[in-house]
Amino acid sequence: MRVRTTSAVAGASALLLLTGCGAADMTKQASPFANARGARTVTLSVQSWVGAQSNVAVAQYLLEHEMGYRVDTVQVDEVPAWDALSQGRVDAILEDWGHPDQEKRYVEDKKTIAPGGSLGVTGHIGWYVPTYFARQHPDVTNWKNLDKYADRLRTPESGGKGQLLDGSPSYVTNDKALVNNLKLNYQVVFAGSEAAQITQMKQFAKERKPFLTYWYSPQWLFEKVPMTEVKLPAYQEGCDADAAKVACAYPHTPLRKYLNADFAKTGGEAAAFLKKFKWTTADQNEVSLMIANDKLTPEEAAKKWVEHHASTWRAWLPSA
Amino acid sequence: MAAVTTSTSVPRTVLPRRLRHPAVGKLLLLAVVAAVFVPLADARWGDGSWPHALTVDLTGPLGRAGDWIIDNRDSHPLFLYFFGYVSNAVVLSVRAVYLLLLAAGWAGVTAVAALVAWRAAGVRTAVGTGVAFLACGLLGMWVPTMQTLAVMVVAVLASVVLGALLGLAAGLSDRTHRALRPVLDTMQVLPAFAYLLPVVLVFGIGVPAAVLATVVYAAPPMARLTALGLRDADEGVLEAVASLGATARQRLLTARLPLARKELLLGLNQTIMMALSMAVIASVIGAGGLGDRVYQALASVDVGAALAAGIPIVLLAVVLDRVTAAAGERLGEARTSTPWVYAAITAVTVAVAGRLVGRLDWPDAWVVHIAEPVNRVVDWMTGHLYSGVPYIGGTADWAGRFTTWVLDPLRDGLQWLPWWSVLLTVAALAWLIGTWRTALTAVLAMAAIGVLGAWKPSLDTLSQVLAAVAVTLVLGFATGIAAARSERFERLLRPVLDVFQTMPQFVYLIPVVALFGVGRAPAVAAAVVYALPAVVRITTQGLRAVDPAALEAARSLGATPAQQLRQVQIPLARPALLLAVNQGVVLVLAVVIIGGLVGGGALGYDVVFGLAQGDLATGLVAGAAIVCLGLMLDRVTQPTRRSVKKGA
Repeated sequence: MRVRTTSAVAGASALLLLTGCGAADMTKQASPFANARGARTVTLSVQSWVGAQSNVAVAQYLLEHEMGYRVDTVQVDEVPAWDALSQGRVDAILEDWGHPDQEKRYVEDKKTIAPGGSLGVTGHIGWYVPTYFARQHPDVTNWKNLDKYADRLRTPESGGKGQLLDGSPSYVTNDKALVNNLKLNYQVVFAGSEAAQITQMKQFAKERKPFLTYWYSPQWLFEKVPMTEVKLPAYQEGCDADAAKVACAYPHTPLRKYLNADFAKTGGEAAAFLKKFKWTTADQNEVSLMIANDKLTPEEAAKKWVEHHASTWRAWLPSA
Repeated sequence: MAAVTTSTSVPRTVLPRRLRHPAVGKLLLLAVVAAVFVPLADARWGDGSWPHALTVDLTGPLGRAGDWIIDNRDSHPLFLYFFGYVSNAVVLSVRAVYLLLLAAGWAGVTAVAALVAWRAAGVRTAVGTGVAFLACGLLGMWVPTMQTLAVMVVAVLASVVLGALLGLAAGLSDRTHRALRPVLDTMQVLPAFAYLLPVVLVFGIGVPAAVLATVVYAAPPMARLTALGLRDADEGVLEAVASLGATARQRLLTARLPLARKELLLGLNQTIMMALSMAVIASVIGAGGLGDRVYQALASVDVGAALAAGIPIVLLAVVLDRVTAAAGERLGEARTSTPWVYAAITAVTVAVAGRLVGRLDWPDAWVVHIAEPVNRVVDWMTGHLYSGVPYIGGTADWAGRFTTWVLDPLRDGLQWLPWWSVLLTVAALAWLIGTWRTALTAVLAMAAIGVLGAWKPSLDTLSQVLAAVAVTLVLGFATGIAAARSERFERLLRPVLDVFQTMPQFVYLIPVVALFGVGRAPAVAAAVVYALPAVVRITTQGLRAVDPAALEAARSLGATPAQQLRQVQIPLARPALLLAVNQGVVLVLAVVIIGGLVGGGALGYDVVFGLAQGDLATGLVAGAAIVCLGLMLDRVTQPTRRSVKKGA
């Protein structure tokens, strides 16, 4: 018995020595892989969609090749990413689609996250049908006529109704309320991940089958599978305030960047660079398409883009 | 009295004759209970789905708990002085191991690994180990492999220490053993996906949360096998030691622990395997390393890249499995320690040489890119099989038919059944196969699902599990019988099963969507792929272990091979087959849940949703329902003797 007690005490004191005495601050916990071997590192969070990967790939490439940093990336969903950002586990989110609750909690109240300015890209969510289908049936592009096509959009998963394909559970969506409040004969089927959704859309497109899906721009898939947006009742400020009563389209959202508050102050050149990082939808799509369609690694895609757009990114570097 | 008819007629047909008498008694008793209870329940709450009056809505309290944690995480003493330290300790130790691995360089790490394998398991394994590590580098995965290895070392050490302590307590005290067994049972049937959320909420995204979730998952086999080893120690030896006047501690250290070495090593082996399988699931909560690469590749629908990160995981698993298993078998062989010294010197020399040459990082020029060709193959396959295959139709058609003809009726049927009849069926099944205790646990678990308000989605998940288990058993038993018949077939099969079993599920989630479309069918397909190896292995072993004398006797009486199989082998291998069913069910549930990522819906989707949105109420209730469902399924299929390990 004594042996165990002694070793427990020894273990506990070793732990204390290791961690330093006093309180252990859970808000200041970097990744164990950060700053290995004395390198200056930045940890960026990547969300699951390819546009977010493109931002990170280009930022990573420039930080590594132009500024001498080492960059770690961590894949995190949107809401947990805010939490990770506030704890310092990641240093920056480069593409945020608007999370008012999180903004209030972390930016205004706790001040652990600092705004990093605009990304330069405007995002928009909507319902889409493939363009080949919209050409044959131009009236499908208005929500009022959707019920007419419910039969043709039926799948084994949609239980006799038409299928509205939704994606990852992490995305901002009012679709269930919309179907309900617009009294549409549709069933929302959640693909569970964007990867599954894209795979399914590509399979449909290969056979030129009709489908109706939740989708968003900017998105590289539009280049591969041209899609036309379905008109929903027009968006007005505040019409989506009550999640259960939503009956209008999604807004156009200027995408924003956020930095960990400490990193924003002490992150030096890297923080300054990330704040200045700003490009266009076309730029982002160019990189995304190389990653997702040409199957280049994010690094190769970023390299290609960087080689051809020096004038854009030179302005982001701290010396400029 | 629908309840009585279902509970008496269904299970009896599957029972062997000798069980019929006690079975009838049990069923009659259940029927009496039902006769009293059902009219009451029926009058009170009407029919159909779980009565609303019997549910507890946890949305409010759970939401508030989540907010409290986030608001107090940087000020409350509980976090400052406890969780904070735990988290820091994990980060520091993982970092220490990672820096050590980086400092050794790729040459050093490979040399050390090969030499350890050589000493523990012989030359062949050593060569295999070296090749495996070099392959990780060739695939361009050196740094992520080292990150995963660092996390694994810390997680496995923590699991082994925790498991060994629990096992020691259970091995030395009968009371602790009894108290601990249900806890370990529960920990083993928990699908890891279900408890990621609470860990994340306390520790935040990242390595500490991942390590802790892994420890919960990987510690039970160690605890179980340690207890088993201590309890099974040879009585004679113990008595001899006691008669020599050894104290209790001396007995433990000099006799019981050394005698339990084999079990301890097997426990280590199992713990490592479980921890590795967790490495990928933990990537959902930001563990980094190989799992994260697989997960990121999945996001861009890049099967090739996912495979490039998945192969190192398979290689690590195979290497660690072979080395620890071989070490267990070679225990007790007389060996001197001098070769260890030479081995250490060689390893250090190689590491230093690597450093001096300035080749610490794996050179970029040596990376082989496999992603592109793999993707071409996958595209070709999915392109040609998805639809329009002459005569048999494409995979999309099969998936559609499977959904419409099997999954839909099964789900609708289960959801249509009155809730009390579900409880009675569960009770009857569990009681007939196990004891009244297992029946009680199963019924309580099922009732808890109703109380949590997750009745409908749980039955949806259950229908997917049942369909997947049925497919798995048909395929698994057929393959297992074939493998038991032919040595050559089994040899060919073994590496395939190894790969199926250790390849992270995330790698094949996208191909199954490309083949079967979004929905429940791909989730079922992925579950079948994952659970098949265990069922095949257990079936083969069970059939092989059948007493040769009995077979010889049957053959001498002129039984055909089919008769031998049906009348001798299968009845005698019944315990193994039941175990295969049990393992199949537990494994299938784990993947059906992950199927939430490909449109499986139900509980799996709720867990993913909870994780993605930080929604404790949705995620935790679904997680708890999964745990209850797992417990229920485990108890209903639990043969009298429990399996030692999960997933192998």
